[in-house]
Amino acid sequence: MIELDVALKVGTFNLEMAFRNDDGITALFGHSGSGKSLTLNLIAGLMRPDRGTITLDGRVLVDRARGIFVSPPRRRIGVVFQDSHLFPHLTVRQNLWFGRWFAPSRERAINFDAVAETLGIGKLLPRYPAKLSGGERQRVAIGRALLCCPRLLLFDEPLAALDMERKLEILPLIERLHTEFAVPIVYVSHATEEVARIANLVVVLNAGRVKAIGRPGEVLGPLGGESGWSRFDRVSVLTTKVCGANTAYDLTELKHPSGTIWLAGRAGPPGGQIRIIVRATDIVLSAGPPHDLSVRSSLSGQIGSIEKDGPLAVVEVILEGEGRLYAITTRHALDELGLDRGSRVFALIKTSALDERQAAVTPLSF
Amino acid sequence: MTDLSPAEWTAIWLSLKIATAATIASLPFGILVAYALARWHFPGKMLLNGAVHLPLVMPPVVTGFILLILLGRKGVFGAFLASIGIVLSFRWTGAAVACAVMGFPLMVRAMRLSFESIDRRLEQAAGTLGANRASTFFLISLPLAAPGILAGAILSFAKALGEFGATITFVSNIPGETQTIASAIYSYTQVPGGDASALRLTVVSIAISLVALLASEIVQQRAEKRLASFE
Repeated sequence: MIELDVALKVGTFNLEMAFRNDDGITALFGHSGSGKSLTLNLIAGLMRPDRGTITLDGRVLVDRARGIFVSPPRRRIGVVFQDSHLFPHLTVRQNLWFGRWFAPSRERAINFDAVAETLGIGKLLPRYPAKLSGGERQRVAIGRALLCCPRLLLFDEPLAALDMERKLEILPLIERLHTEFAVPIVYVSHATEEVARIANLVVVLNAGRVKAIGRPGEVLGPLGGESGWSRFDRVSVLTTKVCGANTAYDLTELKHPSGTIWLAGRAGPPGGQIRIIVRATDIVLSAGPPHDLSVRSSLSGQIGSIEKDGPLAVVEVILEGEGRLYAITTRHALDELGLDRGSRVFALIKTSALDERQAAVTPLSF
Repeated sequence: MTDLSPAEWTAIWLSLKIATAATIASLPFGILVAYALARWHFPGKMLLNGAVHLPLVMPPVVTGFILLILLGRKGVFGAFLASIGIVLSFRWTGAAVACAVMGFPLMVRAMRLSFESIDRRLEQAAGTLGANRASTFFLISLPLAAPGILAGAILSFAKALGEFGATITFVSNIPGETQTIASAIYSYTQVPGGDASALRLTVVSIAISLVALLASEIVQQRAEKRLASFE
């Protein structure tokens, strides 16, 4: 459990924030300059807050009032930095062993081979970091932080420097770390889809303050409208259940109380949970049940609110059963269809708009 | 070069011995001061920096004379050292001290630059992985600064081979004890018919310097190649 309540002034920037998460993956989400990396540095012990406390699993790491400050080596918090920071004069194996060597032997619960296997870095062991690709470096950096058997893993925009393909390769790994090695994670990012996919608690930061805090579905959808967030940042998060597959067309059928979503390819065993992240710009609204359309995935609900934004409008659809979706359409379309608050609608999602980024297959505990 | 006289051989041997001793003895201090100047903030940092660089700008004779005042047999510290059996003045060890002092600014400069060029975040990363300051220094900072440390050591060695003013002032020019190549050349040019010897020693001096520089170049290139980041 991580609990934090701190304030720090750096130049003219004022950071003042508090949150706690009992377990799982906490995402610190915000634009650059929102104070998320600063918060991460405070947790890692690379900076000191002006006032406040940080507690990890009941152990006080920082308490300015009582004059407590645990130095980074004694915190046992692993950090994965944006540009890996591997030690260039050490081989991959030596890099991996670096943190492990300092960990007390009775706390070396995480198995070296298991980590190398999970991260797929077994073949890289004799190489030097200079001979690795960006994705490989980042995987080694994750392994290095994990192998010191930390009580908490911090990720500072670990995917920011990677291309899309590498991101898709590493994101599921981070999810697996949490489930396989049972390490709580704090993940800093400004990418909506990353956060929506892996976090169970999202702390939205803006100008050094906590703007919103909650589950990704509750927090990320309502976000937007304010400066800095574009309509493409607006996503909805739905929890669905795998209920079957269409083997002839290689599709997976996902069930939500309000309807069915078809996913391209095979995803997880029947009964498993899949978290779906849908961009508000990828949803089509229909006043009646869809006919003669190529769209197969349809969820029914009622319009909760309409937020007008120039020629466009953000429509909140309260789905049958549970959850809400945010769809962006033109005001023109709403008026022509006669849609207003309380209207019954069908939200149509193009299967082709959902890729690996939007479907978190690994069951997350929450 | 086979016709070097025994006296010339002695001067060459002494020069190498003094330069090696000076470099090795000042190495730990050089690394410490360079790291302190590169990474720490402390009161009197500028003063320390100034003191380290003083021998670079002062006339060498002045440095030699100060050494004589401080470390001479009747000097401030020299008297104490003499009482416990350590005599530096007019000994080869004194010559090594003079060379170490004169080479120190060059050594520290190169090492400091090298420490400063290390990405501080690598040291921070080591900290988050559980390494305390000492471990971080020996496992990360020191190896990463190795090319610069080597460069500093070579510079100090080269400076020691060529040192003349401070050495001759502090420990004089005693054949077999403190007469290095430089002071030997000086002596030969002061006596009639010594030109041939002076020339031979000059050639030797050039050869040693070239070999030292070449060696440092090769070792540095290898080190840099290994560390070269692939961007």
